[in-house]
Amino acid sequence: MSLDALYQQVILEHAKERHGSGFDGAPTPAAGHGESHQLNPVCGDEVTVRVDVADGAIRSLRWEGHGCSISMASASVLHDLAEGATTEDFQALVSVFRDMLRSRGAISGDPEVLGDAAAFEGVSRYVARVKCAMIAWVAAEDAARQAQG
Amino acid sequence: MALVSIPAGLRTVQEARLDDSEAERIRRDFPALDQEVNGHPLVYLDSGATSQKPRSVLEAEQDFYESRNAAVHRGAHELAVRATDAYEDARAKVAAFVGAETEELVWTSNATEAINLVAYALSNASAWAERGRGGAELARFALGAGDEIVVTELEHHANLIPWQELAFRTGAALRYIPVDDAGRLDLAEAARIIGPRTRILAFSHASNVLGTVSPVGDLVELAHRAGALVVLDACQSVPHMPVDVKALGVDFAAFSGHKMLAPTGIGALYGRAELLDALPPFLVGGSMITKVTMERAEYLPAPQRFEAGTQRISQAVALAAAVDYLSETGMARIAAREAELGARLAEGVAAIDGVRLLGPAPGEQWYGHARFGLAAFDVDGVHAHDVGQYLDSRGIAVRVGHHCAQPLHRRLGLTASTRASAYLYTTEADVDALVATLAEVRGYFGVTAKVGA
Ligand SMILES: Cc1ncc(COP(=O)(O)O)c(C=O)c1O
Repeated sequence: MSLDALYQQVILEHAKERHGSGFDGAPTPAAGHGESHQLNPVCGDEVTVRVDVADGAIRSLRWEGHGCSISMASASVLHDLAEGATTEDFQALVSVFRDMLRSRGAISGDPEVLGDAAAFEGVSRYVARVKCAMIAWVAAEDAARQAQG
Repeated sequence: MALVSIPAGLRTVQEARLDDSEAERIRRDFPALDQEVNGHPLVYLDSGATSQKPRSVLEAEQDFYESRNAAVHRGAHELAVRATDAYEDARAKVAAFVGAETEELVWTSNATEAINLVAYALSNASAWAERGRGGAELARFALGAGDEIVVTELEHHANLIPWQELAFRTGAALRYIPVDDAGRLDLAEAARIIGPRTRILAFSHASNVLGTVSPVGDLVELAHRAGALVVLDACQSVPHMPVDVKALGVDFAAFSGHKMLAPTGIGALYGRAELLDALPPFLVGGSMITKVTMERAEYLPAPQRFEAGTQRISQAVALAAAVDYLSETGMARIAAREAELGARLAEGVAAIDGVRLLGPAPGEQWYGHARFGLAAFDVDGVHAHDVGQYLDSRGIAVRVGHHCAQPLHRRLGLTASTRASAYLYTTEADVDALVATLAEVRGYFGVTAKVGA
């Protein structure tokens, strides 16, 4: 298994650019807010995700945290994919992403469905790193649940 | 008696340096080292987490099960006698290895359990004294409000959390000796903190992050002058250097077998005889009592008092075989060899652009000691997990994370680091492979441009 299959270029770029990182923006008016903090005790990686929901869709998803390139890139990709998605589509996306990561290489990533998140397919072969890829997504799922009341 | 493989590097030549060619011979005694990982020959640089095991140790454990397996200190049949002898011989051997009397060595599962044993025995002493049990003798161990337990800022969680919880149970206060920005213990502050209120001083002999050997003499003197007990976390020292607990003058010392060529599941607590005999037990149940009624029990003297339930017999026997292997190789030679490997590691790592070596700079001695065979470092712009993954893809096994020392990492401005650690089977080629591969990491993750930023 080559390392490049784990660290695809898309991942390394997102890890550096960190789309949606930082909580400076004002919350969307009249939206439901949710916030969730997740910690990986094994490595100390931490991510906090804030989600605003209005009219059945995710208006804003922002995050802050620190961790390895996989965890930071997956938060960045998550931001790009989640903003504007209906909460239903978002939930479906999380499920597809989770299934792929837990598949130990059996399910490849479909870019049609997962966009940049398909690049994380290689992670599923590195069982120790699956949590890194999931941490922001678990936080987002929790925050979105809160935001929908 | 069992036949076991004779370890390499024959043993009559203890005066000669342990050099690379001997390390190569030693390696052949360790089956796990002879394999490929991810298409590369394994370079095992994670002995600080756990060591690999020589054939003689594996065989000693198997032989125990094949020829002597029985419960110890129970039953009078022949196998039980043989098992008890093997178990007690192992105790004598391991005790002598660290300069203790046989009765001063209590078997535990690991160092963590050994430290918890001391902490719980002390709080049980407080509870007994409060209720008038055990006589006036126990009052000297009682802890309460106004008393202080002192640790250092660089401790492994195993030598921190048991003291946090002991402080919580008894109302004593927990204080710590701080380290400076580089991780060096502030000994002037130690002299201020350790005083008449100090009842316990607990610190590590050798740091699992910095590769340093603590100034044991200075700290023991401060503690004993204040009338405090000293608990030494010897987890990273006993496997790697000659340790004589009596010469060090500590009251308790804890270490783990799995870090010194033995299996998991066995460790030991050294305690001064007078203290072990006076302290109440931690775990209670079978095999540690004299007389039991429906209301209460009376306990055996140490060490049995602290060994409740069926014991880790094959593991103790295997630890004795591990101690044979180490003694035959020579602890002073191992320590000298590891100091060389530590220096090579430190120099190689520190010379790489954008890599920050933690602890003493290459060639630097702290508290009059050279770095032992361990080096942790931070790679600027690349998380430790990614560093470890890159090294693993080349067959190089290192530890990544906080190494169970979160407060120290926080103090050094980090959440995680990467750690390479050597042992008697580590070769210069292992160290060089790590350094060469580490030099590629920042380029791979595209952060080379950030040097000095
Ligand atoms: C300095 C130090 N103390 C304590 C421990 C705990 O050892 P164990 O997990 O074997 O109980 C370790 C090992 O991880 C260590 O390096």
